[in-house]
Amino acid sequence: MKYSYFPGCSLKGTGRAYEESLLPVFRAMDIELEELEDWNCCGATAYMAVDEVKACVMASRNLAIAEKAGHKELVAPCNACYLVLNKTKHYLHESPSVKRVIDAALKQGNLTYTGNVPVRHPLDVLVNSVGLDEVKKRVKQPLKGLKVAPYYGCQIVRPYSTFDDQYNPTTMDRLLEALGATVVTYPLKTRCCGGSLTGTLPEPGLLCSYILLKEAIKRGADVVATICPLCQFNLDGYHDKIEAKWESVRIPTVYFSQLMGLAFGLPAQELGLHRGFVPMKSLPAQTVAA
Amino acid sequence: MAELTRTIKYEADRVPGFGREVMSVPGCEALESCIQCGTCSGVCPLSIYMDYSPRQVMALTRADFKNEVLRSHTIWLCASCYSCTVECPRQIRITDIMYELKQRAIKEEIYPKKFTIPVLAKEFYKMAHSQGRVTENILATLMFLKTNWLAAMGQWKLGLGLLLRGRFSLKMESIKRKDELNRMLTTVDNLSIDSLTDGRSAPKKGSH
Amino acid sequence: METKKQDVRIGFYVCHCGHNIASMVDCPAVAKYAEKLPGVVLSRDYKYMCSDPGQELIAQDIREHKLNRVVVASCSPLLHEHTFRGATEKGGLNPFYFHMVNIREHNSWVHTDREEATAKAKDLTRAAVERVAHHRALEVKKVPIHPDVLVVGGGIAGIHAAMTLAKAGKKVYLVEREPSIGGHMAKFDKTFPTLDCAACILTPKMSEVGAHKNITLWTYSDVIKMDGYVGNYTVTVKRKPRYINEDLCTGCQECISSCVFKEPKFADEFNENLGKRKPVYIPFPQATPQVVLIDPDVCLNFKRGVLTDKCKKTCVEACGEKKAIDFKQTEKLEEIKVGTIIVATGFKTFEAERIPQYGYGRYPNVYTALEIERLVNASGPTAGDVVMRNGQHPKSIGIIHCVGSRDKKTNRWCSRVCCMYSMKLAHLLKEHTEAEIYNFYIDMRTPGKGYEEFYDKLLTEGVHFVRGRVGEVTDWAFTPEEEGKLVIRVEDTLAGYVRRIPVDMVVLSTGLEPHTDSQDVRRLFNMSCGSEGFFLERHPKLAPVNTFTDGIYLAGCCQGPKDIPDTVAQAGAAAAEAMVLIDKGFVEQEPNTAFILETECSGCKSCIPLCPYSAITFVEERKTATINEALCKGCGTCVGACPSGSIVQNLFEDEEIFSEIEGVLVQ
Repeated sequence: MKYSYFPGCSLKGTGRAYEESLLPVFRAMDIELEELEDWNCCGATAYMAVDEVKACVMASRNLAIAEKAGHKELVAPCNACYLVLNKTKHYLHESPSVKRVIDAALKQGNLTYTGNVPVRHPLDVLVNSVGLDEVKKRVKQPLKGLKVAPYYGCQIVRPYSTFDDQYNPTTMDRLLEALGATVVTYPLKTRCCGGSLTGTLPEPGLLCSYILLKEAIKRGADVVATICPLCQFNLDGYHDKIEAKWESVRIPTVYFSQLMGLAFGLPAQELGLHRGFVPMKSLPAQTVAA
Repeated sequence: MAELTRTIKYEADRVPGFGREVMSVPGCEALESCIQCGTCSGVCPLSIYMDYSPRQVMALTRADFKNEVLRSHTIWLCASCYSCTVECPRQIRITDIMYELKQRAIKEEIYPKKFTIPVLAKEFYKMAHSQGRVTENILATLMFLKTNWLAAMGQWKLGLGLLLRGRFSLKMESIKRKDELNRMLTTVDNLSIDSLTDGRSAPKKGSH
Repeated sequence: METKKQDVRIGFYVCHCGHNIASMVDCPAVAKYAEKLPGVVLSRDYKYMCSDPGQELIAQDIREHKLNRVVVASCSPLLHEHTFRGATEKGGLNPFYFHMVNIREHNSWVHTDREEATAKAKDLTRAAVERVAHHRALEVKKVPIHPDVLVVGGGIAGIHAAMTLAKAGKKVYLVEREPSIGGHMAKFDKTFPTLDCAACILTPKMSEVGAHKNITLWTYSDVIKMDGYVGNYTVTVKRKPRYINEDLCTGCQECISSCVFKEPKFADEFNENLGKRKPVYIPFPQATPQVVLIDPDVCLNFKRGVLTDKCKKTCVEACGEKKAIDFKQTEKLEEIKVGTIIVATGFKTFEAERIPQYGYGRYPNVYTALEIERLVNASGPTAGDVVMRNGQHPKSIGIIHCVGSRDKKTNRWCSRVCCMYSMKLAHLLKEHTEAEIYNFYIDMRTPGKGYEEFYDKLLTEGVHFVRGRVGEVTDWAFTPEEEGKLVIRVEDTLAGYVRRIPVDMVVLSTGLEPHTDSQDVRRLFNMSCGSEGFFLERHPKLAPVNTFTDGIYLAGCCQGPKDIPDTVAQAGAAAAEAMVLIDKGFVEQEPNTAFILETECSGCKSCIPLCPYSAITFVEERKTATINEALCKGCGTCVGACPSGSIVQNLFEDEEIFSEIEGVLVQ
């Protein structure tokens, strides 16, 4: 199976560990992720704040390249990229006038967009297309005893909830359970992490992250599992500042793909687990090189 | 003795037509039906830091108080988590209205000079336009240099941590066909958007 | 009597209808055009034809100019065909020599081009003039009205309507699907704004109904079929088996005390599943009829609803001499004939699980308003002790208004009673507990008599009113005071702050909506419904209890959310409307019946199975079909189907229709 793959700027930068763990895990599932040729930044939230039409052009270029690549579907792991690409698809579908502007812009690159490549999140692909039975087959070292707080973040369920419930998504919960882990009840699973505010306006941004970490610890989690590189950065990268303002809430935050890799028996070093600020403690029943 | 400020608003303080303009962007017409219930502020995780609550921004926009709205901190504090949009009982696209207000504030240069968020947005925009990709660490550095480079000093520990973990790169990422992207983006500028978008200058938004 | 073409003398009138028609149609021009049409001897345009002078004009002209046909071009026949037929009759002419043309709803109100609208009016005029020449004199049909009435639904609306009719001497069948009448009102503790005990004011009425000789009370029954037309409805009622002989049961409830289940074990529907009952039970102490019933899904004598007879049957023993328990009882179908039907099937409350943000079903101490009504009620599951599911008494309670209502995502309408009942619950909870009470509202809607004063009263009782629609109810605590509580996050829009308010118990004021099977019910009774699903009244202002089907009336919340005073008023109105028909004894029907030309009928019998009213029969001796005029409703099916074209319909004869078509097509 081959899917087109849109990493996004984060996965090549601060979110490297996500890509590092995602590609081998997908390979283990017999899926090849072919990186989109000459993909450009999706625009995320910042571009939309400056010029909406151009933001659509940025996203559309990627969609057009994906169509050219010829694979059935495009996988976008970062929540923000996922939202921007899907949002653009909605706009192009609903507004013929916007489509005309985009078509004219795309023509400059000899590209066209017809809208037949769906943009999907890797979580969706793994659980809904491939299936949990396939995942279970490849689990060599079940994560028994590991208590995980599943954190989805906001942009994967809002405003479009294509593959899961908007208020109580369970795709990752079920995946983690299939890996043998114990999923704790986590009411804040879709509450905003602060987004880019943690870097620009520390106090409000950090408060959002602090709340999430505090509750995860309260609910008895050993680790927080995320699906977005910005969420992972916010929950993992600012512990000193959070401790200075409020209290210590040091709990490791990892990508769900890293947990999958561990369960599949892949070496921790290869999964980028050493890239987190708060190292993940050894899994009960096995050692992990953190 | 504390400074007393008079807070009355006269009709002259309004910018007639501003509300209609904002609402004319397709999808934002629902703002007309706002009943000021306050659900948006109630679910917004950032509302506790905002000078005007999201509900107040909606009321001010509808009442044409352009200056108050575009100078508020609220529009910059919005993290686009879409909670308000999803919960609104009138299905008003509040997040999209916030984006629109951000765009207007940037276009009219109405924001405090060294305010980090709009500066970041503009730098992001420039970098994405010229390089096709965004190198996070360079972007962050640019933002600090342009707003408060002392604060950049305060981030040294984070920077070092990222460097040690291999997540820090100062090599500018870019796409191969930069001029192709440039042409695509400038085409948008040159096209008479109004004629193509039936008089509307932003993408049409359907309801979801 | 056929009038020869040259003897036709048509009077034509075009109405301005004030501005309604005249603003878009050039009426004088239409009148001038009509003057020249064949058969027209007189053509006028007038400002308000339906007015007294307008009608008088028609009558006078008929006499003076010896008119034998009248055409009026004005509004919809639904509105004034009757008026103008009356005027025609007053002038001494058979009313069916009158024809009406709609140039308002079909023309001036829907077009924006004056020239084209006027041209259309002229075409329609010509069509009418050509048609009316072929009209024949007809007599109005009188349909007798069966004096009995069916009231569907035994809530306060059905009860009041049934009592009103019974007291007027009419025989009423009151059919209720639950085992007892009383509806939602029987569940309430007190009613606003007087704080009357609901049961105290309702149960006397319920007993009256149960005892009245003119009322046949069938509870635990459903209407499954309705046939017929105004004055002559045949209804089939399915009486579900209680496994108790109603006539023999005295309501002593010995069977319940002696049931093999020593403790009640099963969810008690009347108490909103907060309490428990046994397989044999009575819904509530004041149930009418005072008869128990057995639930075959949980009774040990049944397995999956099928009688196994394996239980000790201590209940039968306890019943003793009365021998009221009958496990072999089966459902019974009753067929009744009534002349009018009043539909009072009520409402259902919005399911709070549909709003997951408020935590109903997830957090045990989140309740719906109906659950609280049962909790504070002295005959409820806790005898009025407000104790939560976790066994504790609440020290703080948050009441959230507008749950499910005023929301594009769920129900767009305002459910009208929730503000009042939320305040009532605030008052009752303050009485029963020492808790701090918060009401979270968007607007305070208090339109009725004494309602605003009730709001005043609540304000003086120290209830905290916070204007803000609650964003979420959550159990994650941010500060120490919030630990173990349910936190309500809301913007206090009046004070201007976002607040987090920890409470022990949350009450959701759920809105009113149509029953889940309202679509099936309305089809059963041939009614329309609005876009929200409530049954449609004939006119929202002037005919709130009539439907578009003659003889069928509405009362209560099935027509739209309303409080008890309005429900009772509507029930009385529906009873009065029914009495109009019953006391007059007959209803006049359009003489648009079909008849068969015997000489043309080939005896093929194609028409007979097609008639929805079974009005056509085959006469063996003559080998032709014949139509019973009394049963015929003029639907036209047989007319269209007859292969030899031997069925003719009054008012819609072939010549009439074809000449109308020709008239419209003339250039």
